[in-house]
Amino acid sequence: MDSDLTRLTAAELSAAMAAGEVSAVEVTDAHLARIAAVDDRLHAFLHVAADRARAVARRVDDRRSAGDVLGPLAGVPLALKDVFTTTDMPTSCASRILDGWQPPYDATVTQRLRQAGVVILGKSNMDEFAMGSSTENSAFGPSHNPWDLSRVPGGSSGGSAAAVAGFEVPLGIGTDTGGSIRQPAAVCGIVGVKPTYGGSSRYGLVAFASSLDTPGPLARTVLDAALLHEAISGHDPCDSTSVDAPVPPVAAAARQADVSGLRIGVIPELSGDGIQPGVLARFTEAVELLESLGAKVVEVSCPHFTYALPAYYLIAPSECSSNLARFDGMRYGLRVGDDGTRSAEEVMSLTRAEGFGAEVKRRIMLGTYALSSGYYDAYYGKAQQVRTLITRDFEAAFEQVDVLVSPTTPTTAFPIGERADDPIAMYVADLCTIPANLAGNAALSVPCGLAPEDGLPVGLQIMAPVLADDRCYRVAAAVEAALDSRRGGPLLAGAHGLDTGDPS
Amino acid sequence: MSVRTAADMVPFEVAVARYDPVIGLETHVELGTVTKMFCGCPNQFGGEPNSLVCPVCLGLPGSLPVINRAAIEYTIRIGLALNCSIASWCRFARKNYFYPDMPKNYQISQYDEPLCTDGWLDVTVHDTPDGQPRAVRVEIERVHLEEDTGKSMHMGGDGRIHGADYSLVDYNRAGIPLVEIVTKPVTGTGELAPAAARAYVAELRDLLRTLGVSDVRMEEGSLRADVNTSLMPKGATEFGIRTETKNVNSLRSVERAVRYEIERQAAVLDAGGRVVQETRHFQESTGTTSAGRSKEEAQDYRYFPEPDLVPLAPPADWVEDIRAQLPELPSARQARLQAEWGLSDKDMSALHNAGALDLVAETVAAGASPTDARKWWLGELARTANDSGTDLAGLPITPADVARVSALADSGALTDRLARQVIEGVLAGEGTPDEVVASRGLAVVSDDAALAAAVDEAIAAAPEVAEKIRGGKVAAAGALVGAVMKATQGKADASRVKQLILDRLGPA
Repeated sequence: MDSDLTRLTAAELSAAMAAGEVSAVEVTDAHLARIAAVDDRLHAFLHVAADRARAVARRVDDRRSAGDVLGPLAGVPLALKDVFTTTDMPTSCASRILDGWQPPYDATVTQRLRQAGVVILGKSNMDEFAMGSSTENSAFGPSHNPWDLSRVPGGSSGGSAAAVAGFEVPLGIGTDTGGSIRQPAAVCGIVGVKPTYGGSSRYGLVAFASSLDTPGPLARTVLDAALLHEAISGHDPCDSTSVDAPVPPVAAAARQADVSGLRIGVIPELSGDGIQPGVLARFTEAVELLESLGAKVVEVSCPHFTYALPAYYLIAPSECSSNLARFDGMRYGLRVGDDGTRSAEEVMSLTRAEGFGAEVKRRIMLGTYALSSGYYDAYYGKAQQVRTLITRDFEAAFEQVDVLVSPTTPTTAFPIGERADDPIAMYVADLCTIPANLAGNAALSVPCGLAPEDGLPVGLQIMAPVLADDRCYRVAAAVEAALDSRRGGPLLAGAHGLDTGDPS
Repeated sequence: MSVRTAADMVPFEVAVARYDPVIGLETHVELGTVTKMFCGCPNQFGGEPNSLVCPVCLGLPGSLPVINRAAIEYTIRIGLALNCSIASWCRFARKNYFYPDMPKNYQISQYDEPLCTDGWLDVTVHDTPDGQPRAVRVEIERVHLEEDTGKSMHMGGDGRIHGADYSLVDYNRAGIPLVEIVTKPVTGTGELAPAAARAYVAELRDLLRTLGVSDVRMEEGSLRADVNTSLMPKGATEFGIRTETKNVNSLRSVERAVRYEIERQAAVLDAGGRVVQETRHFQESTGTTSAGRSKEEAQDYRYFPEPDLVPLAPPADWVEDIRAQLPELPSARQARLQAEWGLSDKDMSALHNAGALDLVAETVAAGASPTDARKWWLGELARTANDSGTDLAGLPITPADVARVSALADSGALTDRLARQVIEGVLAGEGTPDEVVASRGLAVVSDDAALAAAVDEAIAAAPEVAEKIRGGKVAAAGALVGAVMKATQGKADASRVKQLILDRLGPA
């Protein structure tokens, strides 16, 4: 039964464990075996904590047999992006500068996963400090796309996406600053959600861009994503930007899966130029599908979205230049050149030169420049004004429609190495996802088929107003159900990148 | 480092005759909140290095700040007491610079949106050449809130960073709430500039102590003043280039630092030179300042709004509640005491300069008359303090002790001379005034039988004096009174003794 267990969704595993058909330890072992079998090819994990995972699973089994009432994700395995602090596992952010750092505290997300009885199998790979769209910026080597191992799984949460799409785990946690959950979900053919900013706590999430970073779920189904979304969300007094409001009823919305009467807006600025033809074709079909399911579709212009990408690449690097200043070799992590002859400043400089990768350095320099006196108003200040205009575009649009849709990414998964030397080409991967980060509203990516020209997954992005995350789930679940039924099964059944040599 | 000689200096009186000093003060105050600014760590001085820390004040990756409400309340209290406007909406900002004692390599501070703006503090300069106090209104530019940094200790060498073998950092102080109070330039104080700077810091210290927001200990660094000084030719309106003097750790140092800078800058300007805009370091031992970091190559702090915190919007009714609960402020209290005691401005200044104002007030509160309280503290006790090289507050006697001695003297239980002996006993650590009276046996001897024997002895010992008195020379009784007082070691009531002598020898 082991090989079958990895094919089950979190909801199915939970039901099987609750019914006593399978134990949490068995579920954990099955997924650990899958990791052992395929992760040398996927490289989704930076750290696997097999023994700890088994111990947690055993405790779940003990509690269940003692008659405790357990949550819906108790005993379900998960991949945690290596940007969250964990007291029992290292946290590296895929950077040499933190290699081997063992945090003395758990992130709020980590704590909530533990409280829910989720079995964290390990820490997943990512672009260094979550900066990138391919995981190629990981200091420890890229992850691979389970659909085609020569292609990127997206990023920066590419490790979690690859692990979920590659059946190593049913659930993954990522962070989304400019699309870092939705873009890898789209190119790996799974579901990924950026909750409303502040809906999930950033405490213990090593910051890239504080005003944008949002933890969120990755899963193979909309319902699984919703269950994980609910497990990690809710107000956290340790995060001042955390929203003190009830968690939107996303699991109920995922079960509702009904779009009749819903007003859906298509944004022309995100569904025209620069989008790969096969991606656009699948997107258009998805919109038609929604219309056939009873939704009312209209076109809604968001004129300032065209400035979102440049504004983002000023705001995010500015915040990053400050957030990453603390990595100086003085208190933790890597220290270079401390031979007793050098000053603290020289050691800091050498440590940062050696500890950070090229993309991180590029963004620190961009941000340092944008914030510097004399340039602040023209760059950071102007970008903040654009951010306000984008927020207003959303507000105006949501007066006309309930949700907005667009392709999640302009293209399908690109080959590893293709954009490594072209930062601008890499940045464009976030073209459609960035507006929701700048405005802070909820957004989700759900698979909507394969692009005909390359047979790779395409994501449909659904965006909803702040704290209306449930609307994203409602629409996504409807699309998922209709497409699965039309196809006769889940999209991921067609992912064959790991077939050769696969022991299952 | 070059050492300045006397030739580099212009005598103070000459300097202030030629130039108008402009001063400005930036004062940092560590708030006495129970916990730190952005985390729950205890806000305590001392403690084993790095024992009062957590992920937040250590700036560990992933940690986030949460504003301490009490620190906001304390800052608003300060702002209101300094007659400032309280912002209805403001933000924290990040001040970015690299230094090992900064856990995040940025400091959460406030930049262009401080919590309190545009206030003033009225200061009285008591220490003036003519003894007449002089009022100075110091305009307050802003009061803002930030977090303190850790503390570097440079090991080896002379304890400064240059020449040190290695450095250690203690982060216990990191994250302690720190209020910065910035004045506008203070002009027109002329030769009183050094005293005015000192008076401002002293007044501010008293105010902060009264507000209960800080223990304001300059020696422990909970109150730190940076002093800006510049000179402009007499009568000019355009300010000169200023220097900022740091490491000014006492009220006396504030005054000395300004005075030194005036003398030094006057010499630079007299020689046709240009004052360098820089940070200078005050040396307590020599009373001089030396050049530190040059502001002209100052770093760019790249301030931007702190994205980890939401904007701060103190509700108006909260601010009004805080205002309503402000205690009586030092200036109001002084005016009230002066009226109650019926003192002149000059009398009040004398009390100030002696450091006796609070002691007298407490002595009066303990029951003594203002006249008696002033008499003791400015007389006997001031002499003792002066002789032992301490200040009045440092004497081992409490205002309650003084009030008790005063009460005993008033009731006739002690003569003035005995009262002084009681004070002496208390200062010598012999106990409370009553204990000293008992142990030294200092009560006035009012028992006529005991006195009669002494009187008889005195008469017998001086028959010729006795004869004069019998003959009507009453004034001669003084000699016999003196003898009796000597015999009773001053414990007798002199007027009673005189009466007894006259009873015996007076014309029948």
